[in-house]
This record gives sequence, C-alpha cells and structure tokens, in this order.
Amino acid sequence: MSLVGAKVLRKEDPRLLTGRAQFVDDFKPTNVAFAQFVVSEHAHANILSIDTREAMKMPGVLGIWTSHDFVDYPDLPGGLPDLERPPLATGRVRWAGEPVAVVVAEDRYAAADAVAAVRVEYEVLPAVTTISEAVAPDAPLLFPHHGSNAVVTVPMVDDLERVMESCDMRATLHLVNQRCAVVPIEPMGCLADWTMEGLTVWATFQAPHHLRNKLAAWLNVPHTQCRVIAPAVGGGFGAKIVWSPELFVTPLLSKWTGRPVKFMQSRTEAMLQMTHGRDQEHDLEVGFDKNGKIKALRFVVTQNLGAYPDPTGLGLPVLTNWMAAGCYKVPKVQTAFRSVVTNTTPVAAYRGAGRPEATYSIERLVDLVADRTGLDPVEVRMRNFIQPNEFPYETHNEAVIYDSGNFPEALRECVRLLDYDAVKAQQAANRNDPTKPLIGIGFSTWIEIAGFGPNGSLEGFGHLASWESAQVRIHPDGSCTLFIGSSPHGQGTETVVSQIAADELGISFDRINVVHGDTATVIQGIGTMGSRSVPMVGSATKVASQRLLVRAKKIAAHLLEAAEEDLEVANDAFSVKGSPGKKVGWSDVALASFQPLRLPPELQAGTLEERLFQESPNFSYPSGAYGCVVEIDRRTGKVKVAKMVLVDDCGTVINPLLAEGQVHGGAAQGIAQALYEEMKYDPDTGQPITSNLVDYLIPSAPDLPGFVPGRINTPCPNNPLGAKGIGESGAIGAPPSVVNAIVDALSHLGVEHLDMPVLPEKIWAAMNSHNTNGAGR
Amino acid sequence: MRRIEITLNGRKHSHEVEDRTLLIHYIREHARLTGSHIGCDTSNCGACTVLLDGEAVKSCTVLAAQADGQSVTTIEGLSGPFDGLSNVQEGFRQEHGLQCGYCTPGMLMACTALLNENPNPSDGEIRHALEGNICRCTGYEMIVNSVRWAAENAGGPK
Repeated sequence: MSLVGAKVLRKEDPRLLTGRAQFVDDFKPTNVAFAQFVVSEHAHANILSIDTREAMKMPGVLGIWTSHDFVDYPDLPGGLPDLERPPLATGRVRWAGEPVAVVVAEDRYAAADAVAAVRVEYEVLPAVTTISEAVAPDAPLLFPHHGSNAVVTVPMVDDLERVMESCDMRATLHLVNQRCAVVPIEPMGCLADWTMEGLTVWATFQAPHHLRNKLAAWLNVPHTQCRVIAPAVGGGFGAKIVWSPELFVTPLLSKWTGRPVKFMQSRTEAMLQMTHGRDQEHDLEVGFDKNGKIKALRFVVTQNLGAYPDPTGLGLPVLTNWMAAGCYKVPKVQTAFRSVVTNTTPVAAYRGAGRPEATYSIERLVDLVADRTGLDPVEVRMRNFIQPNEFPYETHNEAVIYDSGNFPEALRECVRLLDYDAVKAQQAANRNDPTKPLIGIGFSTWIEIAGFGPNGSLEGFGHLASWESAQVRIHPDGSCTLFIGSSPHGQGTETVVSQIAADELGISFDRINVVHGDTATVIQGIGTMGSRSVPMVGSATKVASQRLLVRAKKIAAHLLEAAEEDLEVANDAFSVKGSPGKKVGWSDVALASFQPLRLPPELQAGTLEERLFQESPNFSYPSGAYGCVVEIDRRTGKVKVAKMVLVDDCGTVINPLLAEGQVHGGAAQGIAQALYEEMKYDPDTGQPITSNLVDYLIPSAPDLPGFVPGRINTPCPNNPLGAKGIGESGAIGAPPSVVNAIVDALSHLGVEHLDMPVLPEKIWAAMNSHNTNGAGR
Repeated sequence: MRRIEITLNGRKHSHEVEDRTLLIHYIREHARLTGSHIGCDTSNCGACTVLLDGEAVKSCTVLAAQADGQSVTTIEGLSGPFDGLSNVQEGFRQEHGLQCGYCTPGMLMACTALLNENPNPSDGEIRHALEGNICRCTGYEMIVNSVRWAAENAGGPK
C-alpha cells in the first residue's frame, strides 16, 4: 500500500505534544549569559552620545557594546551597495526599534535593568513612514549620500497607452497592500557558544546552512569552525530567513565574554525588529471589451522596503511583477516597480512574498471588469482563463512559464462547493430585508510561483544555490535515516519525506527517521521557503531512494541467487516475484552491505548510502479557486466570514492531512490580512502604534471561520513527484476573495473598493456615505 | 529574594526567587521545565498557559510568589491512556491540531481545562474557550476538531 497520498500522522508530534521538543530558549548551557539590545526610541535621529557608565555599574552586567566595537566587521551581507545595514546603528538611527547597543548580563532580568539605564542622546530628524512621504519632493532622506529615498527603479518599456485607447473600456485602481507583522509565535532568538573548537549557534531559523555560510564569511572563520543548528523552530513564515543583526552580533558577544550568550526577543522587540511583510502600493489600469475580455494590463508597484533594503525585500516587487496577470490570458501586459526606503522596520518575505500582492491586484481588477461590464465575476474569469491545453504557458515575463493547471475546472468546483446560485438568491432576499445582514460573495482564482527553484533563482537572494539536498543512509539493521537540507518548522516535512522514502525503499515508515537543521550532520542545504520543500527535497528523497534501491537489489539478488529484475521490495523485505517464499529481509541486505564477503564483487562496503542535490528545470505553479461568503452587520459594519471554500491544485498531494493544514493556516493569515491586521505608524513621529499583540490583532479561534476544502490535481511536469508545493497558497488566494465579497455585499451602494484591512469602521463609513436603503440608517 | 514552595506536576519544589520573578520564568528557568513557552509580553498569546490549582492561567501574568503553596500542572504533567498521552494530546495528534508546536503546550492546557469544566463542548464553545490562545499555523479548525476528538474519546482507547 502506498503511503504517498495517505493521511499519515506526523512523526514530529509526540515530542511537540509532550513539551519535549527543544526550542532555542529551552537550551541553557552552564554559565550562559543573556544579551539584550538597547533600541532606538526615535524613528529618525542622529546619535549624539551613548552613556553606558550607570548601566555598567549595575549588578550582573558583563559588558555593553556599541557600533564602535564592530568597526572591524563589515555591514550585514546582501542589500544594496552603500545602503547596507550595519550590525548596530552607526551615527544615525533609521527606525524606532533599531538596535544601537547591546548589554550582556547574568540573566534576562539584569540585562533588562541595564538596558533601561543606558542613556542615548539623539538629535531628532524628521521621519517618513509611507511611500508618498518618502517620495515627496522635500522628503527627508534616510541615506543623504544616495540623494533619494527611491533606491531601485525599474521603469516601463511601453506604457500601453495606444492599446488602452483602443479598448472599449478601461478602469484604474490604486491599491494598498498594507504592512503586516509576521508574528511567528516564537520570536527571533539565538544562542551562541564560541569555544576553542569553534562556534556553535542555535538559531530559530528557516535556513541553517544559509546562515552558517554567511556567518562564517562575516566572522572570517572556516565552515569547519562554524556550526549552525536550527532546533525546534516555532514558526517562520518568511521572517526567519532574514539577517537580523542579533544573529551576527551574539556570536561575537560569546567570543568577547568567553561564555555562551543567549538572545531572545520579547514580542514587543519582535514586532519592531523582525522584518515585516507586504507594504506595497499598486497603480493599475486594465483595458477590456464589452464582453469582459481583458486586452491590456498596466501594473506599477511601489515597494516600501523599510529602513534598509533587505536582500529578500528587494525581490518582492520582482515577484509581484512576474505574477501580475494571474491565471488570465492578457495579450498586453506592462509592469514596472520602484522601491523606497522609509523610517520603518525593514520589509522582507512574509508567507507568499510578493505573490499575494500580485494576486490581490489582478483579482480585484477582474471583479472591477465584471462590475463595469455587468457580467458575473465567474463569467468574466471563465472568459479570460488560460485554458488547460495551453500549458506550458509563456507569460509576459520570460522568467515565468506556467507549468500546468486547470483553472476552469477549479472554479467550477469552487462554484459547486459554494452553492453559488443559492447564496446569490439569499443575497438578493437579504438586500430587501433590513433586519438581515448584507451578504457578499467573492471569488479569487489565483496562481502563484513556488518550488524555488531553477538554477539561479535563489542565488539572486544571496543563497548558495537553488537545489535541495537529500541523503539516504541505510543502517546495518535495515532501518533508514534521511538527512534533508530543507529544515522544516511546522510543515511536517519529516513525515512527508518518510512517506516518500518508505514507498520507494519498501522500508516501514516507523523504521525511517529524519535529520535536519544541523550543519554538522546535514551535508548541505538551502532551506524551507517559497513552498519548495515537497517539490525539491521530496523529489530529492524520491530519486536518491530509487538510486540506492538499485544497489540494494543487487545485494538482495546476490543473497537470493536470483535476478535483480525479478525482485520486488515491500514490508522490509525483498522477494522474488511469483515466489513469495523466496525472500530476504531488508535487515539482512543492509547487514550484508557492510560485509565485503557477502557482497557481489562490483559493490563495496557502505554502498547503501546515496546523496543527491536535486535541481529543477522550472518553478512550480500552484493554483486554485477560492470562494468567500461574508455577512455584514448593517448597524456596525462587522464582517462575518460565513463560508470559505478553498479549492487547491498543488499537483500530487503527499499527505492530504498536512496539505489541508497548510491551506488552513495560509487562509487564516490571508483572511487576517483582509480583515484585521495592519502595522501602523504615527504619521508625525514615525512611532509604531501596533507594537504588541494588544494593538495588533492576530485572530484567535472565534475570529475565523471553518473551511470547506476542495481539490483538483494537475501534476507538475517538472519534478519526479509531480508536486507543486502548498505552503503559501492560502495566504495568496484568500485576501482578494474576502475583499471581493465585501465589495460585492456593498456594490448596490456604489462601493467599488475598500482597502485592507477592511475594518468595520471603513464599512460603516461606506454604508453611511452612500446613503441608500442598504445602509441601515 | 524569597523562598517559595510550589507543587509542580505533583512534586514539591522549593526555590529562592526574586519577588518580581514571573511564574513562567520560575517554571522555565528555575524548575527547568521548558515545555511551557513565552510568545508575547501582554498576556495575549497563551503559549505559557498552565493549570494553577486546576485552573488555566497565563503564567506570564502570575508572579512565582503568588503561586507559593499552590499546585501547578504544566504540559510535562499531562499523561493518559493513549501510549502515555492524554486524550487531549492524542486528539491533537489524530486531527493535526498542531504544526510548529510552539503554541501547543499552552493550547493543550487550555483545552484540558475546558474539558474538565465542560466535557462535551460545542464547536462554538471550543472556539470561545480558546479565545486567549493564539496559533499562527493552523487556522484553528483542526484544533477545534482535536478538542472534539478528545471529548469523544475521553474514556481512553476504544
């Protein structure tokens, strides 16, 4: 029986359910000290002086360091030349929360006391937090030597004006994709221990080898003396592939104090220092005919990068531009972007990273086309879809060739599961009954780019390469260890690769274990991001297992005195087809693999080990159709998501339970972006005003709906599994379906758009400014 | 500094702590039980939820000194008939009620307290009872399913 495709319970769970999993803050080596950072209280200021004298006298303080102590070390890797981030603020602070000094003390209470006693004198400068402020003619500059806050500009080749003029109709939209905090429930932290043998860093990180490579280079130590371990990691969602200075500074603190040093963010620190996501504004224009056929799309993105250009943040608008046309056949597409720096927390990857922004805009535009033509949004989508026989499909950007999909079938399934006609009838009935909530229906038919990636795709973000590694090792008793380069943090990759290997090798699932997240044991790795683990490391596991099995069969055939091609493997044994009694256990084959006297002459001891760096010729393109029904309270504007249908196409599903979990979690974050979350700054001072979980609304169980799952399957042709990845789908597909539903609910009032998060007060204001019978009063 | 005596998962512990020591830091740093986690500093996330004399509390909002003389149950104190797991723990395993697992210990303690009080809650009651526990991974539906599984299998393996 095949395990691939089965609802297998997770290997990861027992340790997590019993409190036995070890997260970074759970490690407490003998003599460990605690680091805490002094952070800027101003959004933009020159540092005049830092007085540590009082703090140094406090009990338990081991030392305090400022930027002067790091002059021998370069700025952090990546970013843009001349705009790189120093390990501690040097001369100037560029956002409220930027680290300016660091204290090491005997414990976290003593460190906090000392941080409070450090006196920093600032000369406050005017601050910019929004895109419009940053690009205003007289804007204060974050990097005066650069001459502008716009640090990257990729202009449009052709503004499509002639094509737009030839269209029956055209419509414009300015969309804000608001800044979100990532909020993995475990904040950022690390523990560094620099001994005579070298440095070991335990870090809550999505890509431990990536961190090791950069850290070793930055510290100028050989890889052999720089080990990074990502133990249990409490969520990442993109923010834990980012260089925070804490990860670079803490090892030096260990070196300088001669003790293990731990740093663990508080939530408030995490809200200010962990990179944020999204924060794009889009200027969009669509040209179309009266039949709803889209003829041209102009798609201009402005990215707020925050205070320093992060290597991942720089890539976000590129991905947005790539995916601008979604799953539609648009004859003319032109894209452009610019990126600006502001006095805010740096922006980088957050679940979806550039693709949710693209999806949101194209899906809002398609609804706008439906509204202007009077056609049903489902019909407009059907008329513009790329058809199932048109793959591989070359998009407007040469880097993006869609692999496979069936958008009409996904939407038909979504419409069916939503019971669209019945909900439409209810919507009409409710509109005429002021005692009933307003009902709205919204769709999102989306496609995203995943499975990073083809050679060259991750190198641009500073990674070593774009492959992923798997190593399969058979032990003398016939059990198996998989070493995987993609280190998970909740995705269940240990379970998934074990299912794949069990199927290929015929070894029991329970006799397979998985090692990841340690540069000393895993040969090399890239990381968990961009919905790449199943397509990349899953495929690596499958192919490496197949290669190893060829040699295992040679040994089994030798022991059985049978022909290799007559053998089959299942249930931890090799047997001769048609002669079920003639068999040899995996344990005996494994034992023989270490005993030269029992091996066929062409094999050597230790042959049952295989490692593979799996490359991919193309990205993968998960897609889907989501449908949302909202109910809006006419008196308060409060939104209830009454139904959420999630039809996904991620190609081959390895474990439906885990795939559904990924979709739920992503959709929850997508709904939260649509309805609740926004990282906000005071426009006058640049102070963050949503810097903890009181002010920043992360939804809890009563705030979210149940989900109606659906699935279609068009296998990915570019990897041996046919899998496309599922990690980011929900976060990409959900926001436009929710906003489209809200706009639909209010469409009879003339509402064409409301920006996220669509808070009750925005809806209430819209209902009451469009003073009609739907508005209650 | 003061000496406190707390019964932790059935065993008496005695430690010297600063007056300002939070119960969660006492549990993690002094008693060295690291299953309970810290996810915020405003009592919103619930990752530090433990049972204090049987009642679910956020141990980041209780001083260790306030728990002096009382009994505390943490994730390490849960056990039961499902290969050593309680029905709530096993429910989370069966219904995929966890992903990264960081919020999970607090979530399990809140669910344990809920089922102690209301052995057969509706889905709405489950969601309401978990209002103070944030999970960023699951979207909650599978947590609701997990609690329902635990309620239906409270008597042990069938």
